[in-house]
Amino acid sequence: MFLSNDITQNTEMLDRHVVQPADPQHPTILSTEDLHVYYGKKEAIAEGDLRFASNQITALIGPSGSGKSTFLRSLNRMNDRIATVTGRIMYRGVDINQPDIDVYEMRRRVGMVFQRPNPFAKSIYDNIAFALRLRGVTDKHALDEIVETSLKQAALWNQVKDDLNKSALALSGGQAQRLCIARAIAVKPDILLLDEPASALDPVSTSQLEDTLLELKQHYSIIIVTHNMQQAGRISEYTAFFNQGRVLEYDTTSHIFTNPQVQVTSDYVSGNFG
Amino acid sequence: MINPKTQNKIAIGTLYGVAGLVVLILMALLGYILISGLPQLSWHFLTAPAKAFLKGGGVGIQLYNSFYLLILAMLISFPIALGAAIYLYEYAKDNWVTTTIRTAIEILSSLPSVVVGLFGFLFFVVKLNLGFSILSGAFALTFFNLPLLTRSIEDSLRTIDTTQREGGLALGLSRWETVTRVILPAAVPSILTGVILSAGRVFGEAAALIYTAGQSAPALDFTDWNPFNISSPLNPMRPAETLAVHIWKINSEGIMPDAKAISSGSSAVLVLAILLFNFAARYLGKRLYKRLTSA
Amino acid sequence: MKSTEQLEQQLKRHSKAAKLEIWGKVVSFSALLLIVAVVVAIIGFVASKGLATFFSNHVSLWDFLSGKSWNPGVTDAHGKPEVGALPMIVGSFLITILSAIVATPFAIGTAVFMNEISPNKGAKILQPVTELLVGIPSVVYGFIGLSVVVPVTRAVFGGSGFGILSGTCVLFVMILPTVTSMSVDALRSVPRYYREASLALGATQWQTIYKVVLRAATPGMMTAVVFGMARAFGEALAVQMVIGNAALMPGSLVDPASTLTSVLTTGIGNTVMGSLQNNALWSLALVLLLMSLVFNLIIRLIGRKGRLQ
Repeated sequence: MFLSNDITQNTEMLDRHVVQPADPQHPTILSTEDLHVYYGKKEAIAEGDLRFASNQITALIGPSGSGKSTFLRSLNRMNDRIATVTGRIMYRGVDINQPDIDVYEMRRRVGMVFQRPNPFAKSIYDNIAFALRLRGVTDKHALDEIVETSLKQAALWNQVKDDLNKSALALSGGQAQRLCIARAIAVKPDILLLDEPASALDPVSTSQLEDTLLELKQHYSIIIVTHNMQQAGRISEYTAFFNQGRVLEYDTTSHIFTNPQVQVTSDYVSGNFG
Repeated sequence: MINPKTQNKIAIGTLYGVAGLVVLILMALLGYILISGLPQLSWHFLTAPAKAFLKGGGVGIQLYNSFYLLILAMLISFPIALGAAIYLYEYAKDNWVTTTIRTAIEILSSLPSVVVGLFGFLFFVVKLNLGFSILSGAFALTFFNLPLLTRSIEDSLRTIDTTQREGGLALGLSRWETVTRVILPAAVPSILTGVILSAGRVFGEAAALIYTAGQSAPALDFTDWNPFNISSPLNPMRPAETLAVHIWKINSEGIMPDAKAISSGSSAVLVLAILLFNFAARYLGKRLYKRLTSA
Repeated sequence: MKSTEQLEQQLKRHSKAAKLEIWGKVVSFSALLLIVAVVVAIIGFVASKGLATFFSNHVSLWDFLSGKSWNPGVTDAHGKPEVGALPMIVGSFLITILSAIVATPFAIGTAVFMNEISPNKGAKILQPVTELLVGIPSVVYGFIGLSVVVPVTRAVFGGSGFGILSGTCVLFVMILPTVTSMSVDALRSVPRYYREASLALGATQWQTIYKVVLRAATPGMMTAVVFGMARAFGEALAVQMVIGNAALMPGSLVDPASTLTSVLTTGIGNTVMGSLQNNALWSLALVLLLMSLVFNLIIRLIGRKGRLQ
């Protein structure tokens, strides 16, 4: 592999590096303790210990295959069927990685947006209203209002307000991804997990999406996986660097970018990687 | 040893010949059915009851029975196949139980339809005392239809991207809600195509029916829609010879003077119906898919 | 810390979604179980009926499989019932093997043409035609056999025209579309670069087809042929209409003969439930069922071997 021996040792030293978000205005909302993820016998994540600050954006970066997506998907237990996740995931003081946690209620609070936009084959309106209806919101006015606010928060309202009954599959990539964000925030989550949400988008849509995320952090705590360094630098307060299933470094984004402690991180953020 | 280039020419020429011959056989077959059958078709033929010993009967009751049985069989088999396909594709883990179940379904699909019919005879007609009836026939057709319909629905579910499922789950929906509210609506065009195609198979099936729905078509009173009356077309307990069974029966009994003409006409009706099912499946599938995806 | 407890309570409450999930699992699994129950019931019922001949009526299995005289109502010189199923078993196998032998070259040739030589014509003409023909009901094939094949056989070979030959002709046309379309699938699964690599080495198209493509597609093609044989073996009405229905050892291909399915379709309605005559028919059905399991097994074995390579 590309890692030389001394850097591997370096890794061992730092792999339990955990930062407490320093700012008392943004207390920890979610943290992982001694988290391990296994695919069958193969360990995909070893000791991922991180704390996430509320109403901030935390970026998870690292080369592909480093486990950042696996880690993110473990946070709202989307990997339950395919992987074994051990350790604790503390959400506001409650371990949500216990078997008796109702994953459906938990996922409503910890929402997720995926790499490829995945609007449902329904109208724009129904894409958002649909999950609410299943949760018993039937009042037309209430639904209308939530649809409107969600679309506004996702910065899509102005483009689609006259086409709410049109199929969501006709939207462009960037619009579809915003719709997915609107859909996720319509159920009023606490935390929003985003798995490389801009990787399938063009540069203009990407930058619009970033603006939206910066707005959204007022209401939601955001954890975003990205392979785009600049993106992490532009929008996140904190950055965790993943490599080979381990968190090598976790700090404020400015610190990670200007003063990385580990050689691999330095190589990666400066683009001399692989 | 012939030169490879010559060899190549000969071989490819032969393949052209084989393919041409196959097309010729198949076209001749189709042509024969339509050319000998279409002249028989008339309003009278399609609506009049059959006559056993005289010329000039129709296939009205048989045609009606075929459709009634088809609809009943589809009504019974669709929900079962749907449930089974959902479990297999959405829930089943990759373990020995699933493998065993899949094997069982495969076995059912490979059973000769006459065996399915005999089982229907033994179980429904004799054991449950349903007699030769629409109901017995519908159950036999259901068994015949289930494995293929299950597989076809499972294939339809497979065409819907996993990201759609993740989208539903991430909103805090159960897998069941996701499947029934997101996946199934999106899979409707493809499921419908599969259902119509399997309907074509069911429509032409005879071996499973001769000892379940029976080989007689009692006169029906098309003004009486009370399902409890014996002459009502809706009565599920009456024996009901279908069009396909009719073709077999008049040819093996040989007492109907115009059996050949009636069989030609009936064959044409069957083939046309199946052609129609095929086109309808393609057309509706495409149409629905367009409606679903366009604005 | 009160809010934490409250949150924990909320998160541990069984939500509506969780209840629906259990409901959905139960409902869909029941449907699946029902299908499995049907399979078990079919095998169980047919087996118990079919074995009654041997256990209740004490017919020896060997007599059943090797006896050449089928007349279950009559007892022979030794006072044993005449339940020799060999004529039907031979009839079924003969007709299956012959139709597969005739259909295979045509099916594979057509499939190669459709997939390798002229994909355009294949997709435009052959594909729709084969798809349509798979759907034509077997009674229609039987009727055409009766009104075309049987008279032609009669004119050419004399006799009644009914027999194995007519049955083979009908089954050949019946299984042709099935075997063809499955062979096309087998060819389609051969990766494109196999062909490109061979052609790039200077092989002619035929050499590529014969030495590379067909070889790679062999397991799939064998599956297609076995599948066609299973269909031929189990086909009832079309065969019954043209074979002549004489439960005799076939002396030649143009003498009336019978198959397991043909005897079943004509016989089951004319016997009394529970009688030896009836049980003997169920034994034929059991043979039919076992053979379909054997075909299934063969297809699996081919699939497994194909994967290993």
